[in-house]
Amino acid sequence: MKYLDEYRDATIARGIAAEIRRQSTQRWVLMEICGGQTHTLMRYGIDELLGDSVELVHGPGCPVCVTPLEMIDRANMLARRSDVTLVSYGDMLRVPGSETDLFHMKAEGGDVRVVYSPTDAVELARNDPSRKVVFFAIGFETTAPAHAMAVLQAERLGLENFSLLVSHVLVPPAIRMLLRSPKNRVQGFIAPGHVCTVVGVGDYEKIAADFNVPIVVGGFEPVDLLEAIRMLVCQLEEGRTEVENSYARSVQYAGNRPAQTAVEKVFEVSDRKWRGVGNIAESGLRLKTKYASFDAERIFGLREVQAEEPAECISADVLLGNKKPTECPAFGTRCTPDNPLGAPMVSTEGACAAYHQYKRHLVTL
Amino acid sequence: MLHTTNTSVISLHSDEMKSEAIKDAGFACPVPLPAGGRVLLGHGSGGKLSAQLLKDVFLPKLGNPVLDRLEDQAIVCLNETRLAITTDSFVVKPLFFRGGDIGSLAVHGTINDLAMGAAKPLWMSVAFILEEGLPMETLHRVVASMQGAAANAGVQIVTGDTKVVEKGSADGIYINTTGIGLVREGISLSASAARPGDAVIVSGMLGDHGIAILAEREGLKFDTEVKSDSAALYELVATLLDATREVRCMRDPTRGGLSSTLNEIAGSSHVGIELEDASIPVREEVRGACEMLGLDPLYVANEGKLVAIVAPEAADRALSALRSHPLGAEAQIIGRVTKEHPRMVVARTTFGTTRIVDMLAGDQLPRIC
Repeated sequence: MKYLDEYRDATIARGIAAEIRRQSTQRWVLMEICGGQTHTLMRYGIDELLGDSVELVHGPGCPVCVTPLEMIDRANMLARRSDVTLVSYGDMLRVPGSETDLFHMKAEGGDVRVVYSPTDAVELARNDPSRKVVFFAIGFETTAPAHAMAVLQAERLGLENFSLLVSHVLVPPAIRMLLRSPKNRVQGFIAPGHVCTVVGVGDYEKIAADFNVPIVVGGFEPVDLLEAIRMLVCQLEEGRTEVENSYARSVQYAGNRPAQTAVEKVFEVSDRKWRGVGNIAESGLRLKTKYASFDAERIFGLREVQAEEPAECISADVLLGNKKPTECPAFGTRCTPDNPLGAPMVSTEGACAAYHQYKRHLVTL
Repeated sequence: MLHTTNTSVISLHSDEMKSEAIKDAGFACPVPLPAGGRVLLGHGSGGKLSAQLLKDVFLPKLGNPVLDRLEDQAIVCLNETRLAITTDSFVVKPLFFRGGDIGSLAVHGTINDLAMGAAKPLWMSVAFILEEGLPMETLHRVVASMQGAAANAGVQIVTGDTKVVEKGSADGIYINTTGIGLVREGISLSASAARPGDAVIVSGMLGDHGIAILAEREGLKFDTEVKSDSAALYELVATLLDATREVRCMRDPTRGGLSSTLNEIAGSSHVGIELEDASIPVREEVRGACEMLGLDPLYVANEGKLVAIVAPEAADRALSALRSHPLGAEAQIIGRVTKEHPRMVVARTTFGTTRIVDMLAGDQLPRIC
């Protein structure tokens, strides 16, 4: 495939990996933020190519994984209602809530639909005014513009039967929290390419300056990631702490202005709880008061629903890069993709699932 | 990354998944399900949940030495004659798709399960479950297509049944079939017969059927030239077995795709399987569609391909034989059976690293980002 195969070229990849091994004078600890990047690193075994030159720890950038337990419970409650059509991205259906998941709600008769685009949910609402259509709007800065567009479209159409169950999180506050943690070992970050495509790189320059840490915006193919790692190692070896962009074919400095405008129109920054991590101040988005009539939590009175996370799941440490999934005593035994204890084992973007899917043969359970 | 340009609703009523509805219609399982348990769509995906259903529900009550082998077909002996029997249900949506329809698919699917046991397909039964209100013209088209497929494959449809259910209780047409065939003399194939060193061969490009179906799903329509590979495989099997008897096992990687088939073989034979990523044949358009949808071609269904596990010394002969037939022209050796990592399928990436190719857990979910 043109524009993809070039970035999966084994000769180029091995060349960059060799360059990284040559440049490294010590084992640098780097974090890739995005779950999609984790997935690629595992699928292609890039950690194996790097040997001792770099330790990769996996960041909190799986939107499915960080969606808090009570939000899943709220979605399940909505799916249980006979007047609601709950619409979601596919990955969310298998994420366990306190008691059940959306697949089981569907089997029990709940009207649960999967879409690729939130505007399809608007269509569903438009086509059947008798159904209350709720879209489970999760994700980072990447999905926020599409969710904002869905609200604006529903407003334009005058729909009264469309709403969002919003669980939006933002990357920079999580990175800041991580860097402030006394346990932090991360010396450089691969910033999430798709998030930066939307928001630009300005926020990351502030982080680099505030914490003296190098950041390279990275893509999602093996060569993209290796190039980002090479640039980080180069900065670390030279003592630089800058923001560099290795994903220029997608990311522009200022990001995508129309997308940002849509988000700013519909959403405002708010505190958010992250699954496995807890509350992070100003780390998410919520609907602005002007759009409160599209807020499913308000319409259906869901704010009171709270939940405790399973004690055995170490997702907090995994999501913050303190532990590898394989260091969890439940990994591959009591926690598997069929029977996940926590969300990182559910989505293919989740670090635990990526290890389980691709690397199980290299560890002793 | 979310594909915001895609306007699409995926109906979860996929072909395999409707099998639950069929079970409800004609077959009541006496085993109580665990409290609060429900059948999920994933139980029909051909992956881990399907295997669990067999293990927890069906085999404890229905098991016997023939059924317990869990091959694609049962082999039973009548005097000196070995007969292969198989049954299958077809609930594909849409009913008509590029490269086939539910009628030809039902014939091909049934006789391929016989062919994978080295059996020449002879007779079939066909039972229709029709939804009230189905246009008669649709039924005519489907039946004509079945007739054509059966005639081409030299199979007779010798008995049948029709039931009509209320509108909304089914989705157009469901078809259940039985196939009976005669097992070739001196050949005995089994998923438990793979040995370290054996070659793993596929007969052609993977993923065509699944992508052709997805491309026509309501709400997910996308333009593609990909056609279903739905085809009758017995001739290809005969060509292979004429060239060598050193075939250990054959399977057609239908729902659950190549990964599920190979995991089943690795599990039954207590061996590992190592694939070479670079040699797995997947059409460019299929790779592209899979990229867009966030799917892995190794999990996508095929309806006209076979996987053969062949003794190492016969691998080249088997490959040439397959390639001599139009349905096997793009056959490839894609890996080998190993002593290492028993019951696991591992792929060597183009980078020289390795990854697991796991069985599908639940349904293949579109990724959000």
